[in-house]
This record gives sequence, C-alpha cells and structure tokens, in this order.
Amino acid sequence: MKVRAQIGMVLNLDKCIGCHTCSITCKNVWTSREGVEYAWFNNVETKPGIGFPKEWENQQKWNGGWVRNKSGKLELKIGGKRRILANIFANPDLPEIDDYYEPFDFDYQHLHTAGDTKHQPVARPRSLISGQRMEKIEWGPNWEEILGTEFAKRKIDQNFNDVVQKDIYGQFEKTFMMYLPRLCEHCLNPACVAACPSGAIYKREEDGIVLIDQDKCRGWRMCVSACPYKKIYYNWKSGKSEKCTFCFPRIEAGQPTVCSETCVGRIRYLGVLLYDADKIETAANTPNEKDLYQAQLDIFLDPKDPIVIAAAKAEGITDNWIAAAQRSPVYMMAMDWKVALPLHPEYRTLPMVWYVPPLSPIQGAIQAGHVGMNGEIPDLKSLRIPLRYLANMLTAGDEAPVVRALERMIAMRAFKRSQQVDGVEDADVLKQVGLTPVQVEEMYRYMALANYEDRFVIPTSHRAYAENAYDLKSSCGFSFGNGCGDGNNNVNLFGTKAKGVRQVISVEIKD
Amino acid sequence: MAHLNLFAFGIYPYIAIAIMVIGSWIRYDREQYTWKTSSSQLLESKQLRKGSIAFHIGILGIFLGHFAGLLLPKELWYLLGITTQMKQMIAIVAGGIFGLICFYGLTILIKRRLFNPRIRATSNTMDIAILLLIYAQLILGLLSIFVSMGHLDGAEMLKLMAWAQHTVTFNSVAAAEAISGVHWIFKMHVFLGMTLFVVFPFSRLVHMLSVPVQYISRQHQIVRQRFVR
Repeated sequence: MKVRAQIGMVLNLDKCIGCHTCSITCKNVWTSREGVEYAWFNNVETKPGIGFPKEWENQQKWNGGWVRNKSGKLELKIGGKRRILANIFANPDLPEIDDYYEPFDFDYQHLHTAGDTKHQPVARPRSLISGQRMEKIEWGPNWEEILGTEFAKRKIDQNFNDVVQKDIYGQFEKTFMMYLPRLCEHCLNPACVAACPSGAIYKREEDGIVLIDQDKCRGWRMCVSACPYKKIYYNWKSGKSEKCTFCFPRIEAGQPTVCSETCVGRIRYLGVLLYDADKIETAANTPNEKDLYQAQLDIFLDPKDPIVIAAAKAEGITDNWIAAAQRSPVYMMAMDWKVALPLHPEYRTLPMVWYVPPLSPIQGAIQAGHVGMNGEIPDLKSLRIPLRYLANMLTAGDEAPVVRALERMIAMRAFKRSQQVDGVEDADVLKQVGLTPVQVEEMYRYMALANYEDRFVIPTSHRAYAENAYDLKSSCGFSFGNGCGDGNNNVNLFGTKAKGVRQVISVEIKD
Repeated sequence: MAHLNLFAFGIYPYIAIAIMVIGSWIRYDREQYTWKTSSSQLLESKQLRKGSIAFHIGILGIFLGHFAGLLLPKELWYLLGITTQMKQMIAIVAGGIFGLICFYGLTILIKRRLFNPRIRATSNTMDIAILLLIYAQLILGLLSIFVSMGHLDGAEMLKLMAWAQHTVTFNSVAAAEAISGVHWIFKMHVFLGMTLFVVFPFSRLVHMLSVPVQYISRQHQIVRQRFVR
C-alpha cells in the first residue's frame, strides 16, 4: 500500500443554476491573456449538447483517454509511444481553433468615434487571432446555452447512446436539460501526462494537482489529443499548452479554487482523498467498463482506519492532511453516501472531479402527479432526464449507481419534508435506500445547507517547513525562470514578445 | 578576394558555430519558456499536415545525407567499396529525392504562412524569415545538382568534403583553400548554410535539439514532489 493524498472536487449538479460565475471568475484570473482567449479552464455546458470543444465526448472522433489493447494492456487511444512520436510533425487528432471557436471582440471604440450617420453605429465583431472583421459569429464557448441550436445538432451528444427513442426529447413537451460545469479532472491516471513527449506534465505528489511545466513544454500538443475531457489548451501565442491549475497557490494556502469560492449556488466541494497509488494501474485496467466506477471507489482508503493512518504517516503525509481527509466532504459524498459519481469513468483516467446527478426535474413532476411511486420513493423511470443519459455520463452506462444516488437524494428530501412540515420522522423512506437518520442529517447539512467550512476542507501545505524560508526572503517570487529580470526593455533576442501586454492588431474600420 | 574567401570559408564557420552553441546555451538556460516548436497547427491543420510531414522528412533526409557525405572520410567510403563517382551519384539521387520532398512541403508551408490570415497575423518576423532562408538554401542545393551533373568525376565533391573535414579539424586555411575553386553555387550554399547556424538560436529551429527520444523509455506517469522531504 502506497498512500497518496489528493484534493478532489465534487459538483452538486442538482443545485447548479448555470450562472457561469465559475467560468467568468476563472477566466478573469487565468485565461484573459492573448493566446488563450478561446480557452476556458472552467466552462459550463448545457446538456444535452455537443459541448465545448465540439463533440469532446466523441472519442471515436478525438481518440482521447485510454483503451485496453488486445493483449489486455492499458494504452493511450491516440496510440502507443512509437505512434505518438511518428505523428510528431502533424498531430492527426488535434482539434482546430474552429472546434472551440474563433475568439472575438467588438469594435466598441467605433461607438465613440462614428461620425454623423443615418443609422445608429454598432460595435461589430472582429477576430482576436487575425484581427479581421467577422461578418458572422458562428460558434462560441457556450453556444448551446439553455438548449440553444436545434435538437438535430444537439442529439449527436454521446450520452444519448442507447437512450431509447432519443428523438422524443426533441419535442418541446418532452425536452430536458441540465448543466455540466467542467474543469480539469486532475486524474489519478492522467492521459495527458502519459502522452507528453517532453515529460513536461506531471502530477504533484502532495496534493495530486496535474500541472504543465511551462519551461519544459515544447509544444508537441499530444496532451491536447490525449485528454478525453479536452481540458488542455494550446496557447497559440506562447506555443505552450496550458491547463487548469486547480488554483494551486490558493490550495496551498488552504483556500478553495476560484471557481469553488465564487460559486453562488454553493455546489462545489473540495476535500482530501487518500488512495492507494499501487492500485492505480489495475483499477484503470479493469476489463469491463461498467466496473470502472467501483474499481475507482476501491482504491480510495478509509482515512479513519488506523492501518491507513499509519501507512499515510509513513509516507510523510502530515497530521493536518489526515485530519482533513477524515472530514472530507468529497469522501463523504463519493464513499459514504455514494451520491457523487465520476465523469466518464470509461475513459480510464480515474478522474477526481465528481458529480452529484441532478434531481430537480423529478420533484417537479411528482408534485404535478405524473410520477408513479415505487414504495416510498417515486419511480425513477418516469424521470424527465432519462436514467440512461445520466448513466452514460457518470457511470459508463451502469444505471444502478445513478438510481442509488438519486433515490438517496429523494429520500433525504422526503425525510426532511415530513420532519419539518408534518413533524414526523419517516424512517421507512430511509430504510428503502439504506440510510440512517444520522446519515441523512449529515447529508442535509452538507448538501442542502452547504456551509462554507463544510464545503471546503483544505489543509495548508507545509511550505515553511520544507523549504528554507530564509533563502526565499526578498527573492523574486513568480518569474519566467530567468532570474528577477522583468524583461522590461521590450527587446528579446530570442523572439518573445513582451509578456502580459496585449498587442492589439490595429484595423482600419471602413463603414 | 583570397582574404574574403578565407573569411567566408575559413573563419565565418567558427563564428557561426560559436554563435549557435553559445546562443542556444544561453537561451536554454535563461529563456527556456521561449524554447518550443511554435506549432500553428491549432490555427490551421490541413495544409500543415500536408506541408509539415513532407518538409520534415525531406529535411531530415538531407541533413543526414550532408552529415554522412561531408564528414565521413573518403577512405571509409573506399573501404565500403564505394568510389567517389558512385558516391556522387548517390548524393545526387538521394539528395534530389529528399530535396524535392522537402521543396514540396516547404512550398506549402510558406504559402500557408504568408497567405493564411490567421497564420500570418500570429507569425513573427523570424518565423517568416527562417522559412524563406531555408527555402533559398534548399533551392541553391537543388540547383547545385545541375552543376554536379556537368562533371561526374566527383572532384568537386572531394573539394567540399575536404573543406568540411578541414573545418572540423580546425585547419581553417586549408579549408578555405580547398573550397576556393568550386562553383559559386556551392559557395553560396555553404555560406548560407553557415548563416543558418547563426540564426539557429534566435529562431524556432532550436526545437530540433529537443527531439523527445527519452519518451520511448520513460514511465507513462510522472509524479513530482514540490518539496523534498
């Protein structure tokens, strides 16, 4: 047993209101620079839809993630190491900018400078890459917002596979939608790391955050293809790949990531998970895709088990990390209550950002009297969102864990409703879903009330102990590795443009 | 004229190589963030695929050909039973084939870089200059085939080999002397070749020093410790 710790995240989709605050705050902090205007380390998709970039879930098209090859070994879907190197001159599986969208801005200045004209002046869009006028914006980061675009286009969503009569969900009365906020999964078995020819991408041992060493990245772009979530973005200006950093400077200081901190729906949870690093390969190589969810649960370790605690200490995991693991909301939701599920476990990357499936559409239907009852719990077959759709997204098609999660959430609501409204403790409804009243009260506290200090249990890193703080005194902090020089003379022999300066491409506006 | 010849073929090569080595060293050490392939595939993939693969195969073939052809001593070729005349034919045929593959690819790449609005807008001066320099060098190299066809005895080639071998053995006077009589196209080709060494550290060419050979033998997963405990 080799115990490692990871900061994981859970997103409670049941409470996501699709406000995009997470995306915007993330963008403002991390990707407002030239070269990554098109990149959204965090984005919120409306499902069903093809998502961002287009059809990212279609691995027949993009070849992301891992597969078991014929001899039963785990291999990247884009190919083995030799094939990756053979494709180094031109990557056949790389999305183009139009698969994301062409970044644009508007000529706002024209509104100020326009002369006296017959018509009101308008701010027209232009490309942030070529600087040219864009007559029509055809795609954007969130083009399918609230079921935008026609169903015929959205129905190629891979989660519709094996959903019976998927065409009926195009009808107005039968339609459904949910939000899916997405960010880097900080996988236990990251495909991007394995695909990087330069070895620039790595997983941090102490908190599991996957980062790209910007100095070592050479821009071979294999990571972009290998990541099945398409959460690595190639910066066309710097020539390096960039990705969600899990806001590691904040995490190290014990603060939640920007997306979590600013989530107005309070749907995000951050906590420590202890896992057995020796079992990663076996778990990722589970023969049957539907067993991958359980296989991943099996490598998580119980932080209250004395054997695990001793092993964790032997690995140098500090007491505050173990204590944080013991009250980790992520562990509770994923392991204790099993209401949180991984996103697309069939990619075999063992993702560490998990999702509580959305429930709201059921409750609305129950109150209107449309839903059949199965004992104390409504029959989930009459859900507005097809179970199979959620199962394709969260459990590689196995509906049982999705049913369990949804039923437990309904049971929690039923229990709390009868307790608060009728003044009765309805234990029957809990028995059916295998929960105790104590557990439900905890679930209620974490999932319904969701207080800040319950949602975010993040231990600080012991930087002061590990590094010689005296050496760091008066040093230059973050730099590009070339000492404290700020490169402020605007001349660089090696062809870098001034950093942090947006070189606006000047355009002549003729109207 | 002799002085100029001595400078261009006896001294300039050392200046060029020094700039390449020291420049690359400084760039790797201090500006590694700029050390990259500078791929523009994200912005345009189709033409790149056609052009880049052909260009790279061609230029790698040419590079290896020049390395073997210029630097391996002629005695070694005789030992292998290859006469100077045969070697020149091999050089003409192999160089011609790889040269044409490279020419095909590079033509596409230059067209793409100059006329695709996205690529053009995101290119810096060096990106364009380096393509045009290589293009000029490639065309000179291909033209030299016609010169070679005029005298198939291999004497001209021996002079060039002598220049290269004297240069790497630090015999600059002999090197400059050896090359003084060759056709001006060869001289231009050699001079421009040395100039490519000069611009090497200031251009995207540095990515060729980062060929990821280690990838084949390394573990799939990389875990780093921020703090060594």
